[in-house]
Amino acid sequence: MSKSLTLKLAVNGASHELTVEPRVTLLDALREHLGFTGSKKGCDQGQCGACTVHVDGERVLACLTLAAQVEGRAVTTIEGLTPEGADLHPVQAAFLAQDAFQCGYCTPGQIMSAVACIKEGHAGSDAEIREYMSGNLCRCGAYPHIVAAVREAKEVMS
Amino acid sequence: MRDFDYARPASLAEARRFAAEPGAMLLAGGTTLLDLAKCGVAAPVKVIDITHLEGLDAITFGAAGVHIGALAKMSHVAADAAIRENFPAVSEALWQAASAQLRNMATIGGNLLQRTRCAYFRDPLAFPACNKRDPGSGCAALGGITRNHAVLGTSKVCIATNPGDLAVVLSAFDAVVHLGERRIATDDFFLLPGMTPEREHALEPGEVITAVTIPASAAARRSTYLKVRDRQSYEFAAASAAVGMELEPDGKTIRDLRVALGGVATKPWRARDVEKALIGKPLEPEAVREASLLAMTGAAAQGDNHYKIDLAPRVVTRAIMKVGGLA
Ligand code: FES
Ligand code: FES
Repeated sequence: MSKSLTLKLAVNGASHELTVEPRVTLLDALREHLGFTGSKKGCDQGQCGACTVHVDGERVLACLTLAAQVEGRAVTTIEGLTPEGADLHPVQAAFLAQDAFQCGYCTPGQIMSAVACIKEGHAGSDAEIREYMSGNLCRCGAYPHIVAAVREAKEVMS
Repeated sequence: MRDFDYARPASLAEARRFAAEPGAMLLAGGTTLLDLAKCGVAAPVKVIDITHLEGLDAITFGAAGVHIGALAKMSHVAADAAIRENFPAVSEALWQAASAQLRNMATIGGNLLQRTRCAYFRDPLAFPACNKRDPGSGCAALGGITRNHAVLGTSKVCIATNPGDLAVVLSAFDAVVHLGERRIATDDFFLLPGMTPEREHALEPGEVITAVTIPASAAARRSTYLKVRDRQSYEFAAASAAVGMELEPDGKTIRDLRVALGGVATKPWRARDVEKALIGKPLEPEAVREASLLAMTGAAAQGDNHYKIDLAPRVVTRAIMKVGGLA
């Protein structure tokens, strides 16, 4: 019934053109159309944080964002956190060092959220980390290690 | 989610024109609209993306108070230094709402229009009866699981709770919702369900919220938002209270008091009886406890939600004691 849209999206520093139905979310555009499968679909309804990406440097949920909405804005996914071939981002390194995951499904969202949490200045204490990371659920319950990883990364980054 | 047409108006005038078309819905943060479209509750024919409109996200202070553009993000308003100083309850309500990601997306205007979290409303496949969704179809919540439903402002046909936090603060401090030229007091903007629960606010087709203004006051400067919920974060209120207070120069007589409740009513609930009972009186714990009970005047339990009738006055009491420096 409705027309498709041809969009130009800036993802991880490169421009991508794609043609999608208007209802296609940023998450589906990334995963199904552009091959960035790092962002995960947990609930598809804004409740788990697995789909967290950065738009213009701020963390948002890709499952509740239309692809069309981010035309003209800079999208960063876990794949674009560091340049190709570079060392791990300090938050990624801290997640490894602290063993901050089990199945790993929530991890890309946790990491994208944690990078922003530290940048916002919301990682000042364990209580603050818990509060400002509360939008990222972990079914495996790795929370204590996630908090430790965010704390460690914050120290490395400051 | 059913497909829709997508339009990106270039101006507010164009947005209004599009929004007046049948089946058109405005998209700002998208956190409610896309969620409800996925639930099958919202089925927009055309989505009007207003996120690219310029100049609607400013936070401006003047002698009279603050003017917050409708497209200002919740996170930006929560973090604003002048908001935190002059309207601490606004900042506290915002940062206790949703999650960091959602607060970066959701806008102030959209926040006022968020829909109820009533599980029956949100699940049309399992529960076809919902007067809010489909007027006249009945109410699956009545006689159902009602732990999160309202005890105040309910009607025979709808007991859905208004889930807002910010709106509660706006009600307490007499904020005004701007629809371009037309202005409406927060209290009048939100409607009681009555026999028309599908109509939740005074917005007419083709109208767009452009801003919210909050008058400056001594009570707003000394204010708090206390939110009690089933889990510590990322959860809607079981009961909440926005309270602001101004004391006389003697430091103990209450000159001005504002009290509004969230999580317990079908709209943001100003508790004027509590205010009236305490204004002019000395700030004393026993009097505060007593007066807080008046917040529940007219409350009716709907089964599982009876705990709110005990909880809410205690939340009010604690919030008043907190701003009064007694807790
Ligand atoms: S997939 Fe987006 S919040 Fe769960
Ligand atoms: S590591 Fe399995 S969901 Fe978090």
